[in-house]
Amino acid sequence: MKRASLCCACLLLWMANNWAAETLVDPLDSVMWNEMHQRLLDGAPVVFDERVHVQVPHAAEDSMNLPLWVDASALGRVRRLMLFAELNPIPKVLEMEPLRAAPRIGVRIKVQQATPVRAAALTEDGVWHVGGALVDAAGGGCTAPSLGSGSADWAERLGEVNARLWRRQDYSRLRARVIHPMDTGLVAGIPAFYLETLEVRDAADTPITRLALYEPVAENPVLTLDLPVVNRISLQGRDNNGNPVAALVTQGVIAEGGGQ
Amino acid sequence: MRYLFPWLLLLSSLQLFAADKDYALQPRQVAEGTYVLLGLKEHFDFHNGGNIVNTAFIVTRAGVVVIDTGPSRRYGEQLRAAIARITPQPIVQVYITHMHPDHFLGSQAFEEVPIAALDGTREGIRNLGEMFNDNMYRLVGSWMSGTRVVVPGRTAEPGVQAFGGHRLRLIALQGHTGADLVLLDETTGVLFAGDLAFHGRTPTTPHAELDAWQRSLDQLRGLDFQLLVPGHGEPVAGAVAIDQTADYLNWLESHLTEAAESGAAMAELLHPQAPSRVRELAVFAGEYPRSLSHLYPALEAAALARGRMEQGE
Repeated sequence: MKRASLCCACLLLWMANNWAAETLVDPLDSVMWNEMHQRLLDGAPVVFDERVHVQVPHAAEDSMNLPLWVDASALGRVRRLMLFAELNPIPKVLEMEPLRAAPRIGVRIKVQQATPVRAAALTEDGVWHVGGALVDAAGGGCTAPSLGSGSADWAERLGEVNARLWRRQDYSRLRARVIHPMDTGLVAGIPAFYLETLEVRDAADTPITRLALYEPVAENPVLTLDLPVVNRISLQGRDNNGNPVAALVTQGVIAEGGGQ
Repeated sequence: MRYLFPWLLLLSSLQLFAADKDYALQPRQVAEGTYVLLGLKEHFDFHNGGNIVNTAFIVTRAGVVVIDTGPSRRYGEQLRAAIARITPQPIVQVYITHMHPDHFLGSQAFEEVPIAALDGTREGIRNLGEMFNDNMYRLVGSWMSGTRVVVPGRTAEPGVQAFGGHRLRLIALQGHTGADLVLLDETTGVLFAGDLAFHGRTPTTPHAELDAWQRSLDQLRGLDFQLLVPGHGEPVAGAVAIDQTADYLNWLESHLTEAAESGAAMAELLHPQAPSRVRELAVFAGEYPRSLSHLYPALEAAALARGRMEQGE
């Protein structure tokens, strides 16, 4: 009897623990969820999971540049990590194949109006774990032309990379900014023109992580990635017009007053 | 008689509606002939109707000088009515301290009066005024009804202007925006600092240039004044609001510079470890993420530019 109640208590505790983290009911109660589930995740099994953190401000101060920090590393191994803004005319923002990188990423995105912003992480068992947050926004982020394409020199700097590699305790942090207008194609007379792929490779040219970017990524994308400890990486990518992006990044900073 | 009741009901509901959109402006006298209408230390919302700003007026023998007109047509009209309750003197001059919407969107109520601002402010209102107005509708709703942008018709020239025994020194500074007008009433010693000084309320930075702002605060410290009227927060004797604003901007800049230098992503910084003197400023939790969005991209670009890298393979 005693043993039975102990088991019962354990079972309840276990269930409560799992319920706290995972649920089948959309915590954001979004009207678009089912549509997103079918369109972007092919209706595959999903759970809403608090372990997929999506950090965003409550309100987008600049709807062309909403900062996002997504962290699914509490799930362990993640095969794919997908970010989307449900009420954007183009919802899908970015997809990451973490490979050897941590399943977390920082990026800034455009939002057209107040919207749920979600991250879905696919684990080895074929289940998408979905986290998210609601963001209020003044709007216009997707149907306003990029600021860069209005200035004269963007074409000369297209694909230019600024990047830096930091050594942290047990990983390396990469931050990279790529000059690109990231035009959505939603503005009359300006076709969709955006950085489409970006891959981080190690010194042996083996992929560390792979990204697919979409139109809603903010102009001149700034990406933050956590890689296994590495001293030198290369970035390889191209936009939807075939323009290449290529850069080599070495840990550390250039010498003050000297360097390149 | 039996038709009177519905009419009374309608009348009272109309009054209720009107009362619903009453800013309840209470001019507070802070010096000889000098009144401040104190805004709430809040964000714009549907309840406060945008009344988060201090406006002021000076009653002189030659008429009334108004400093900033508030966030909406309705505010401007109620400000005008509040002035009329204090003095029968006509309004002879309006000054707009800078281009932000809570400081100038009440100008419609003063359209027949000369409205002056620095050239940079006039240009800013011309370029961004409509965008500000649209955004205010979104933030505070029907309080804004009937509000349209009035671009100040005159340029405020730095120097001394006399109004019926009050010597007003106009000082052109910058840093909160590209053009910040400060008025020092040399007769009463009241300094109208506009949004260069915040008191007990987190400063805002949508058009800030922090170095220029700090230099302007240094200049304010050097002025001979008794009482400072900040753009937001309680009027206060001495340099308290100047020091508090400078301290906050210092914290903000060093915190964000260090974060950029250590490789933080912008959204990782949404919940900072701030000292209590910073955290306790009104609306810090709402204002800080806005400043993060305004200021971090440039600091981060500078940190990335120091990275060791080569273009191409």
